[in-house]
Amino acid sequence: MDSTQRTIQLLLKPGQHDGEGQRVAEAAQRHLGLSTGRVQSTALYTVRYPVSDEQLRDFATHCLQDPVLHDVALDEFRHGAEYKSYILVAKLPGVTDDEGISAQNALGDFLNQPLDTHTQHIFSKRLYFLEHELPESSLRRLAEDLLGNKMINRFEVGPIAQIRDYTPRPGGGAESITDTVPLVGLSDEELVKLSKDNLYALNLEEMRAVRDHYTSISEARQAAGLPQDPTDCELEIIAQTWSEHCKHKEFSAVIKYTDADTGEEFEVDSLFKTYIKDATSEVDRQLRANGNDWLIKVFSDNAGAVRINPESLFVWKVETHNSPSAIDPYGGAITGILGNNRDPLATGIGGARLLFNTNVLCFGNPEFNGTLLSNQLHPRRIFEGVRKGIEDGGNKSGVPTVNGAIVFDDRYAGKPLVYCGTGAVMPMQLAGLDSWEKNIDAQDRIIMAGGRVGKDGIHGATFSSIELDETSPATAVQIGSPITQKLAMDFLILATRRGLIKCSTDNGAGGLSSSIGELATISGGAVVELEKVPLKYPGLRPWEIFVSESQERFSLAVEPSKMAELMTLGQEMEVELTDIGYFTSDGSLDVRFDGESVARIDMEFLHNGVPRKVLEAEWTKPTAQEPSLPADLDYTDVLSRLLGSLNICSRESVIRQYDHEVKGRTIIKPLMGATGQAPQDAAVVRFNFESWEGVAVSNGILPRFGDLDAYDMSAGAFDEAVRQIVAVGGKLPNLSYGDGNFWSVNDNFCVPDSVYDPATNPDGKHKLAKLVRMCQALRDATAAYCIPLTSGKDSMKNDFKADGVKISVPPTVLYSMTAKIEDVRRTITSDFKQADDVVYLLGETYDELGGSEFYQLFGELGANVPKVRFEEAKALYMLMGQANDNGLIQSCHDLSDGGLAVALAEATFGHGFGADVELPATGLGLSAQLFSESHSRFVATVAPEDVVAFEQHFGARATRLGVVTQDSQLTVRHNGQTVISASTAALRHEWTNGPVNRIIGFGQHEAAQIS
Amino acid sequence: MNEKPLFPDLNSPPMPQRDETGPAQTNADGSVTVLGYKSIDGGHESTEPLKSSGEQPGNWQLATGNSNVRALILTGFGINCEEEFAAAYKLAGAEPTIVHLNQVLHGHVSIHDYDILNFPGGFSFGDDLGSGVVLANKLRYRKNAEGRTLLDDIKEFIANGKFVMGICNGFQVLVKLGLLPNLSGNVTPEVTLTHNASGRYEDRWVRLKVNPKSNSPFLKGIDSMEVPVRHGEGRLIIKGEETLAEIEARALNCLAYTDFDGSPTDVYPHNPNGADLNCAGLTDTTGQVFGLMPHPEAFLSLYNHPDWARRKRVNPNLSEEGDGLRLFRNIVEHVQSQRQTTATPQEARQFSS
Repeated sequence: MDSTQRTIQLLLKPGQHDGEGQRVAEAAQRHLGLSTGRVQSTALYTVRYPVSDEQLRDFATHCLQDPVLHDVALDEFRHGAEYKSYILVAKLPGVTDDEGISAQNALGDFLNQPLDTHTQHIFSKRLYFLEHELPESSLRRLAEDLLGNKMINRFEVGPIAQIRDYTPRPGGGAESITDTVPLVGLSDEELVKLSKDNLYALNLEEMRAVRDHYTSISEARQAAGLPQDPTDCELEIIAQTWSEHCKHKEFSAVIKYTDADTGEEFEVDSLFKTYIKDATSEVDRQLRANGNDWLIKVFSDNAGAVRINPESLFVWKVETHNSPSAIDPYGGAITGILGNNRDPLATGIGGARLLFNTNVLCFGNPEFNGTLLSNQLHPRRIFEGVRKGIEDGGNKSGVPTVNGAIVFDDRYAGKPLVYCGTGAVMPMQLAGLDSWEKNIDAQDRIIMAGGRVGKDGIHGATFSSIELDETSPATAVQIGSPITQKLAMDFLILATRRGLIKCSTDNGAGGLSSSIGELATISGGAVVELEKVPLKYPGLRPWEIFVSESQERFSLAVEPSKMAELMTLGQEMEVELTDIGYFTSDGSLDVRFDGESVARIDMEFLHNGVPRKVLEAEWTKPTAQEPSLPADLDYTDVLSRLLGSLNICSRESVIRQYDHEVKGRTIIKPLMGATGQAPQDAAVVRFNFESWEGVAVSNGILPRFGDLDAYDMSAGAFDEAVRQIVAVGGKLPNLSYGDGNFWSVNDNFCVPDSVYDPATNPDGKHKLAKLVRMCQALRDATAAYCIPLTSGKDSMKNDFKADGVKISVPPTVLYSMTAKIEDVRRTITSDFKQADDVVYLLGETYDELGGSEFYQLFGELGANVPKVRFEEAKALYMLMGQANDNGLIQSCHDLSDGGLAVALAEATFGHGFGADVELPATGLGLSAQLFSESHSRFVATVAPEDVVAFEQHFGARATRLGVVTQDSQLTVRHNGQTVISASTAALRHEWTNGPVNRIIGFGQHEAAQIS
Repeated sequence: MNEKPLFPDLNSPPMPQRDETGPAQTNADGSVTVLGYKSIDGGHESTEPLKSSGEQPGNWQLATGNSNVRALILTGFGINCEEEFAAAYKLAGAEPTIVHLNQVLHGHVSIHDYDILNFPGGFSFGDDLGSGVVLANKLRYRKNAEGRTLLDDIKEFIANGKFVMGICNGFQVLVKLGLLPNLSGNVTPEVTLTHNASGRYEDRWVRLKVNPKSNSPFLKGIDSMEVPVRHGEGRLIIKGEETLAEIEARALNCLAYTDFDGSPTDVYPHNPNGADLNCAGLTDTTGQVFGLMPHPEAFLSLYNHPDWARRKRVNPNLSEEGDGLRLFRNIVEHVQSQRQTTATPQEARQFSS
C-alpha cells in the first residue's frame, strides 16, 4: 500500500443484515447464472491527506462508522475466512465521487480545517468478498454487468489472497497546448476523415464551408497575428455550435416532399419555422385578440415561459438524453434530469424555483432473451439503470417526480429514449427587472458557477448528433452530482432575488463553448480566459476545457459593480464562482489561455455560417389490412391478459421509488385511491400553500400508431395529452376573453436517421416523410385547440449500429403539456367514488383497432389507425369544462391503451368497487367497443342526483353504460349476453403482477441472512 | 427546437412595473448576513411583501417582545423540505424563518432567538456516508469563532426548555448525533437508522399510532395519523436488549407503524422499513426533542392524501386540514401556553382553519 495513502474499511458487524451483499448474490444467480455463495459488501475510503494514526482512527470511528452497524479496519482489507474471491470497484480518474467528497467534507469538519473540497483527497470504493472461488473472467463479468460500468469504473478482481487496490490518479502535467489543424488544400475524402476522426460530426459540405471560410480570411488572420489555419479549439467550437444537437439543422433544412401515392409535391422551408414557430405565432395572435396575453417566452432561451398571474411565471422544459443513457443508463438519466433542471433554472435572469419533474421512457423489451450486439446493453439493464438515475436525480434534488410513462417496443433496444421534463415558477420581476429577459452589456463579467471542469463529457453535443456504434467514446459520458447542483441552485435563487446576476445560462451540451457562445450573441462578443477555469485535475488542453460538459455548472453575466457581493455570497453558500472573462461587443468570440490566443472566431460566421441542408422526403402509405381474429374470444381472458401486458401493466414498483410529493404540493399523484393503486391521467400540483392555483401535467406518446400513419400518430399523441388534462378538470385555453388559462407545451421529436443515403440509409426519404407528417399533425392540432408550443427539442439520430446490424427507433414524438388549474380542490381523479354512481362513456367509438394493444396481443397491427376529429373533440372538452364547473363529474378516466375495457377496470382499482355495464347496441363490433383506442373519449361517473343535468348537458355525446357497484365485480353485457365477468380484485392482481413490477421487484422485507 | 437566443423577446406583454427591489440586502459590517434567505414559502413567488412580519423587507431583525412562536428551519447543503416545513408552522400560527445552515454555523443567526429548532428532510450533503452523517458531524465538530460547536448551543437550547424537531433526514441527523433517544444524557449514538429492509427507497402512505404513554407535547391528544413515508434509510435498529427495554419503558418510541386495524405491525408495506419496535419516531426523555421518519409536513391539507377525492365525496363537510398539521398546532400551542404561565397573561391565540 502506498505509504502516503491510508485506507479505512467499514464492514457490517456480525449479525447485521448485508442487504447489498445478498442482492449481489441473487442478481448474479438470476441474471448471469453465477453461483457466488455468500457475498460480503464493504466500503473503502482511501485517504490521500496527511493525517496521524490517531486522527485516522478517530475520523473513521467518529465520522464514518455507524457504531451500531459497522466494524472498522484500518490499512487492511479485512474479510471472513470463508471468502475466496474479491471484486474491488473504484472510479476512473475524474469520475464524480460524491461519497468521497462527502467523506472529505466530514474530515474537514472533524479536523476543523478548511479542506478544499474541490480537490479530491478521499476516494470511495466498494470491496466485495465472494464465498466461491470464481475465475477472473466470471468475476469481471459480474463486476461489469452488476456492480458498475467499465466506462466509469475500474475493477480489480481475483482470488482473495491477492487483493489489488486501485486509486485514481488523474491527469498528468498541464497541457496548455493549442495546435492548428491544416484545412486548406485537403481533399473531400480528407475533410470527411478529419471530421470523423475528431468526432466533429460535420458533413462534407459543412467541412468545406469551414475550409472556405478560413481560406477567405487568411490574410486578415495573418494581419491579426493569428495562425492561418484554424486552431483545434476553433474547430471544436464550430463543430459544437453547428452540431445537430445545438443547431437543429434538419429541422431547419429545405425539404422536398413527394407523396408517391397521389403525386403531390411540395417544399417545406424549415419544419421548425413552418409547422412549429408559425403555428404558435398564429395561436398567440388569436390568444391576444381575445385578451389572453400570458404567452411570455417561446422558442428562445432555455425554456418557455407563460404567465400564471400578475406576479409569477411558469417555466416548462422537456428534453431527451438518449445517447448517454444507452452507454451508461444511470449516468445518462441522472445527468438528463439534472441538466433539464438547469434549463428552467437558467431561463431569463435565472433562479426559478423547481416545482416538479416528469419523465417518459422508451425501452426495448426487458425480457429480451436473444443475443446482444457488441456494446449493446440489455434492455432490462438500461431500464434499471435509468430508473435509478431518475430516482437519485429527482429525489436528491428535492424535486417531486409527479408523473411519467414507460413505453416498450423492441426497436428501442439499441437506443432508449429518456425524456426529462421540469416545471418551475419564477417571479415576474427580479430585483425590479423583468425576470424572463436576458440582458448583457459589454464589460459584464463572465462567471462560471458550480462544479469544476474535467474530461468527462467532452463531445457530448457532437456525439449525440451521430449514430451510436460499438466504438462510441467513453469520455462522452458524464456523471451527475445532485448535491453540487442543489448548492448551485440554492445560490442562484438567492443571488437573482438580490439582483446580483444580470442573466444566467446552463452549461450543458457543448459546455462553456455553447453557453458563452450563446450569451455572447446578446452583447456581441466575449473574451474568455481559460487558464482561470478551475479544473478537477490538471492535464486538460484549452479546447478540452472549453467544450467539456462537466456537469452542474452555470455561466452567469454579472455587472462589475456587483462582483464583490456576489463572490461573498458564493463563499458563504459554498458555491465555487470563478471570473473567467468578460463580454464585449466587437463581434468576435475570443478565447485565450495565459494571454495566448486559443480561438478567435467571427460570431456571424459561427452562428450563421452553417450551410443549409436540402433533404428529400417521399411518402408511400404502408399497405396494411385488418386481421381476422377468432370469433369466440373469451373477453374476460382478453381483458386479464391486456392488464398484464407490458405496455398496460402497473408501474407501481417504479413509481414508488420516486418521491412524488416532496414540497407537499402534489394533489393528483400517479397512483391514487384508498388502495394507492388507481392510475391517474394527469398530475396536478399546486403552486404554493397560499392559493389553490395549480398546474396539470400530462404526456402524450403513441409510437405504435406511427407504423400505420405518422400523421395520425402525432395527432393522437397531442390529443392524448390534451384529454388527460381535460380528464382531471383542466380547461382548454382561450375559451373566454382574458380567462388567463395558460397552456404550455413542449414537443420532443426522436427519430431515426432520416437523411437519405443510397448505401447506408436507403429508406431515409420515407423516414423523413414520416417526420414531415408528424409536424403537419402538430400544426393542425395546435390550431384546432389553440394550444401554443413554448419549447421543444429534436433528436435526429436514434440508431444503434453494431456488428453490421442497425437498430433504429420508430419515429416518436412526445407532447408534454401543462395547463393552469384555477382551483386544485375541484380536480377529478380517475377512480370510482361511490356505489350507485352512474357510468358514462363520453365521446364516440369507431372501428379503430389498428395499432391497438388488443391487436398486439394477437401479434397483429391492423390497418384502421385511430384518427383525431379535432372539431368534435374540442366541443366535447368544452362541455366537460362546463360540467366540472357545475360539479357534475365524480370520476373521469381517459381512454387510451386497451380502450374502454381497460379504463373501466382501472377505475375500479382505487377502492374495490365493481361496475355493471351494458354496452350499447350500435353497428360497431364488440371487440371495437371494448378495445378500440379511438381518441377523445372518457369514462366518467355521475352522482345519481346529477344524472338528469348531466344527460341534458352532454346530449348525444354521453352514452350511459351502467352503474358503479359495491360488489367488486366487473360485469359487461352486450345484446343480453355477459361478455366480461371478473372480480376486480383479480383484475387488479393481473395488473399489479405484470412484467414491470416483476422485473423491478415488489418491495418487501428481505429475509434476514443467516449468519 | 431552441434557436439561438433572440433577445429581446418579441412576445413580452405589457407588464406592471414595480419599484420593489426585493428583499433587503447585506449588512454593513463586511460579513455577509443572509437572514431570511428564502421567502418562508418558496412557492409564493410574489413581489408583494410576504405576510409574515419577520420576512418583510426592512424588517429582518426579529422584534423583541413579539409574542409569536418562532420556529427556525435549517436549509442548504441538500436539505429539501424546508418550504413545506415553514408552511406547516405558518398554518399553525407560528412565525417560521428559514436560514442556511452556514448562517447558524458561522454565528450570523443564533438559535437561541427561537423557540423551536427544526431539521427538515432531504439528502443533506448527498447522504453518501449514510443518512444524516455528514450534517451530524458538522454539528458535533465544526467550531465557530468562539470555539463552540452548534451541538454545544443545541444542548443549551434544550436545557433552556426549548424544542427540537427532525423529520426524515432531520430525524436521521438527530439520531446519528445522539440527541435521540439520548438515554445516557451524553449525546452519543445509541440507535441507528439504516437501509429499509426492502433495500429500496419508497414513497407510500402509512398509518401511525401514537404511544399513549409518550410525554412529548408534540403528540398531545393525538391517537393516530396518516402520513407519507419517503425514505430509503428509515429502519430503526436498536442495539442491545437493555437499550430497547429502556426506550420502551420510558415510552420514547412515540410512534408506531400500524396495519389497517390500528395495531402496530412489522408487516410490509404497512411497516415500510422493518424498524425495531415498528417504530416510526422517537423522543428524548424530556419529550422536547422529537423526530420521525414520515412526513407530517407533507400532509397539511386534505388534498395531499391519495384518497382525498373519494373521502370528500363520502363526506362533503370533511375538514380541509391534513393530519400532519396537528403536530405543529400542538407544539405551537404548547409554547404559547408555556409563555402564558411564565410571562404576562396573553389572549389565547385563535386558530382558524
